[in-house]
Amino acid sequence: MVTTTAVTPSPVSDVRTFVEKQSGQRIFDCYQCGKCSAGCPIDYAMDLGPRQIMRCIQLGLKKEVMQSTTIWLCVSCETCSSRCPAKIDIARVMESLRILAAAEGSLPAEKHIDLFHRTFLNTIRRYGRAHEFTLTATYTVKSRNLFANLGLAKTMLSKGKLAIMPPKVEGSAWVKNVFSKTKSTRPENPTTVKAEGMH
Amino acid sequence: MSTNTYAYYPGCTLHSTAKEYDVSARAVCEKMGVGLEELKDWTCCGASSAHTTNEMLAITLPARDLRTAEKMGKPLAVACAMCFNRLKVTEHELADKGKLEAVRALVGGDFSNTAEVVHLLQILYERRKTMAISKPLKGLKVASYYGCMLVRPYEITKFDDPENPQMMDKLMVTLGAQPLDWDFKTACCGASLPLTRRDIVLKLSHRLLAQAQQLGADCLAVACPMCQFNLDAYQEAINQEFGSKIKMPILYFTQLAGLAMGLSPHQLHLDKHIVDPMPALKNKGLA
Repeated sequence: MVTTTAVTPSPVSDVRTFVEKQSGQRIFDCYQCGKCSAGCPIDYAMDLGPRQIMRCIQLGLKKEVMQSTTIWLCVSCETCSSRCPAKIDIARVMESLRILAAAEGSLPAEKHIDLFHRTFLNTIRRYGRAHEFTLTATYTVKSRNLFANLGLAKTMLSKGKLAIMPPKVEGSAWVKNVFSKTKSTRPENPTTVKAEGMH
Repeated sequence: MSTNTYAYYPGCTLHSTAKEYDVSARAVCEKMGVGLEELKDWTCCGASSAHTTNEMLAITLPARDLRTAEKMGKPLAVACAMCFNRLKVTEHELADKGKLEAVRALVGGDFSNTAEVVHLLQILYERRKTMAISKPLKGLKVASYYGCMLVRPYEITKFDDPENPQMMDKLMVTLGAQPLDWDFKTACCGASLPLTRRDIVLKLSHRLLAQAQQLGADCLAVACPMCQFNLDAYQEAINQEFGSKIKMPILYFTQLAGLAMGLSPHQLHLDKHIVDPMPALKNKGLA
């Protein structure tokens, strides 16, 4: 939990500068009304609600933000963004925090969610399209939770809804290439982002 | 929308877990005289994973498909709500000249970001008055579930009211069904979390299924393969977790449209669902 007494707000905040640049959102437009947290369907499961994340970014509390479960649990349903009276796309802010986490290689508070997305992207990189069978099988092995999805996988197979053979598309070579080419366009390291003043 | 032929982007799930969506969409469009020409060699839009990892990747993957549609010179009809969202976001982001230049270099030069992206629900909605309804879905109470990706963010998807959309409800009226007024039209089902935080999916999906049941819904109508999967495949787990007795068929709006237009349950792959919709349909004399 964040207590305001333990905090020295920094005049120039690293994480805020990065987020504003990456997401195009103005963090100090947030006046903490809490509508985002009130409407967030997953707020109950987060250690810091969306409103608290916004406040932490304003205060430059990078560690608290990056170690929160919030940035991983957010599924970009955009309820917060569509209701924010200050017109801040908060889901976009969460997205930029995950991009920051990926760029810095920081340890995710929800490591399975991180693993899932990485496995998903690897499947696309390999085949050019998603392949649920490969995704589920790889994720299941890597997360060491071998029996969790067995029953459902069997049902889906029996319904003919789970293609076992991966898709074959010519565009997969292009996709592979784009994955390697866009690697270099990773966001700038926030520590090297030129500091900007307060709004 | 004057055209009768669309470029068609089914998206990855429509070739596997959401096969019945693809089959019913094609059958209904054929019946309505709407042509769907599948994009040649389409690739994945990046779904819910690319945009939270790498922004450039997230706008480049859909751009390749937008370019193919642009070359075909037809508006792009999209079935999956998630793909629709990612394609719309990309279209929006590429209004920025710098981003368009960067993406153009990666997709192969000649690309101007001019393809119009529409969702299948919009196509059916706008043509609903021309539908030949031979078997109206009389007495069928339908809870229209739009989910998140179609309606939000409104500034980008420009779809319908993000809090209380009506498009699917009005389509249901045309089909002869009775749409229900309910609270969870655009509430999240748990999205991409079933393999990682199943507890969240069960909780979120349960609360919306429970209200639909309480209001006497015979089925839910959906437009998103991810929502369909969460609500259908995890219903047994939901019942175990919450001690509920929900048996709610989760049907694509295209399947309901097909039924009303006289297509058979077999043609619409109604046997592909985990929760069998046949008892509810037979009960109303619709199958």
